[in-house]
Amino acid sequence: MADTTTTTATPEDPLAEYAVSLECAPEVKKIPLVAHERSLNWITENVTVICEEKTRKWWWIAFFLFSPIALLVPTLLSYQVANGVGVWGENQPFGWAWDITNFVFWIGIGHAGTLISAILFLTRQKWRTSINRASEAMTLFAVMCAALYPGFHVGRFWKAWYLFPIPNWNGIWQNYRSPLLWDVFAVSTYFTVSVLFWYVGLIPDLATLRDRAKSKIKQWGYGIAALGWRGGNRHWQHYEMAYLILAGISTPLVLSVHSIVSFDFATSVIPGWHTTIFPPYFVAGAIFGGFAMVLTLMLPARLLYPQLDDMVTRNHVDKMAKIILLTGSIVGYAYLMELFVAMVYSGNFYEYNAFFNRATGWYWWHYFAMMFCNVISPQIFWSKKARSNYIVVFIVCQFVNAGMWYERFVIIGTTLAQDFLPSSWGHYTPSWVEVFTFIGTFGMFITLFLLFMRFLPMICIFEVKAVTPAADPHHHPHGGHDDHGSHEAKPHGADVPTLTKPSEAAAH
Amino acid sequence: MAEYKRLFALGAEFDNAADIYHAAEKVRDDGYTKWDCHSPFPIHGMDKAMGMSKSWLSAFVFLCGLTGFCTGLGLVTITSFGIYPTMVHGKPSTWGDGLLALQFFFPVMYELTILFSAFGAVFGMILINGLPRFHHPVFNWSRFGKVTDDKFFIVIESSDPNFSETKTKALLESAGGKHITPIYDLED
Repeated sequence: MADTTTTTATPEDPLAEYAVSLECAPEVKKIPLVAHERSLNWITENVTVICEEKTRKWWWIAFFLFSPIALLVPTLLSYQVANGVGVWGENQPFGWAWDITNFVFWIGIGHAGTLISAILFLTRQKWRTSINRASEAMTLFAVMCAALYPGFHVGRFWKAWYLFPIPNWNGIWQNYRSPLLWDVFAVSTYFTVSVLFWYVGLIPDLATLRDRAKSKIKQWGYGIAALGWRGGNRHWQHYEMAYLILAGISTPLVLSVHSIVSFDFATSVIPGWHTTIFPPYFVAGAIFGGFAMVLTLMLPARLLYPQLDDMVTRNHVDKMAKIILLTGSIVGYAYLMELFVAMVYSGNFYEYNAFFNRATGWYWWHYFAMMFCNVISPQIFWSKKARSNYIVVFIVCQFVNAGMWYERFVIIGTTLAQDFLPSSWGHYTPSWVEVFTFIGTFGMFITLFLLFMRFLPMICIFEVKAVTPAADPHHHPHGGHDDHGSHEAKPHGADVPTLTKPSEAAAH
Repeated sequence: MAEYKRLFALGAEFDNAADIYHAAEKVRDDGYTKWDCHSPFPIHGMDKAMGMSKSWLSAFVFLCGLTGFCTGLGLVTITSFGIYPTMVHGKPSTWGDGLLALQFFFPVMYELTILFSAFGAVFGMILINGLPRFHHPVFNWSRFGKVTDDKFFIVIESSDPNFSETKTKALLESAGGKHITPIYDLED
């Protein structure tokens, strides 16, 4: 068996994965994407074990903790439908409040998943492979939470189908010039394409689960979902093309979705909203908040399943922290530029007032919470020490999650509260229904993610295999044909430092 | 019990991507056409090693995207100018003026282009690959289950004009294939 063929690769320094060197070209000092030279079989075993082992105790505890919270959503939305939208605290002039804030918040979180699966794919960032599955799942669940809000915000939910171009007895069609209708198209397309993208990525991994399944139910379930995938290269050829095309079309899609969400505001004539900076500013903010949520989910997952450490390495966390730093700084720049344009450059009294009131008005503390959470807190990531300390990373991510919510509230709330005429200003306090519906969406999000972790491989198995050295048939472009051995992964069970064997992981 | 009768193909197993890559080059050079390399992940450069041309899925997706764009254009213009002229914000609402002021409609056309392309890419890929197909002779080979784990397989079909049980077997052996096995189709 060639399993026992020796490898000429010298065992690397186990700490090499932490080495980030500015002096060396990446070709010289490449940090392995899968640590400890794990074999292909090791990857299969250690990812599938999460779905195959007996359900762990913590999972049941978490599930029974969060699923009742998730039930708040249908309960309170039914209450809202039964009693009217007045059970929410919003009223003139505060027509958009927590509902639209939460809509923008959740849809923004979804964007990191698409960024990882599409934009990082196109830019050949191979480190994305181990986090893309979970972040795409996160995208879907976040978009589900988001899509609830505009539907129920219309008040008469049973007429929400008027949003779609369906011929009705009035003979009247939608106003296609309205950004709100663009939103309907953008969000529904985004959700559909995200589902398709996610499913296409899942097909080969579902085949892995099918081939390993012991029980008839699992064989049938995974088997049907895997469509009879055989991994033939004649299939992979079209598969890879489909994946590339999906990445290619998802990139403009994800940029358009949050741009269009920002058009809801930017095309209005309300001071504080009517600005051209919104689309890039919203997109950067979405990626910023989304990465924080990816880390919020992945760091505990790494803790619970230590074998994931070799796939979602320190290097991955480090890179995500850097993206948070970058996008957080872009967002900070946008805040300051917005402030500068409104206060200094525009010379518009109402613009000036809108921003003056944002920072000093009724909701001033939201503004400062936003500034602190989004602009100041990620600056700690300039320090490598902070980026490699998971507790610090996790705490900063929570600040960012909160900060991005404050940002949306600041944009929506402060602007509507105090616009042109002081006589038509109005204050807003969320009602208990709104508060608990929002808490419920978190329960729904986490419950869906728990189910995903339990039943589907949370790491894209075939893509992680494809970035191991063993996957490279030879060196491109100047590799000779005699150097294959050096690119072999260490055979399974070789004397590589063992973090967790699947059997141990299962025994937890 | 059904019997395994008709020889469907000869299969050979390989242990790593490099081995199957070079074996594929040999099979290609011997002029086989009805064969495939099965692997747990797409192997970079395998298309060339198998002598395959570029996937034409992109052309299909382009047509789908075009259809989506035209659908979007038709949807917004026919409903806003034809069926029920929508007069809002004083924007043009007749065919003549409206077609010169399409920029407000752009997002809908854009999203539908993407939506149709995505459907084209996913369902096009599935259809071109002949999926879903839950029964396939290769699944009769017990070792084949490892294809989704860490093994690599070359399967040369008996319907290939060059196929000969002895010669093909010799070729697979010389290419380094292990566990060379005849795969039978299920016949009732």
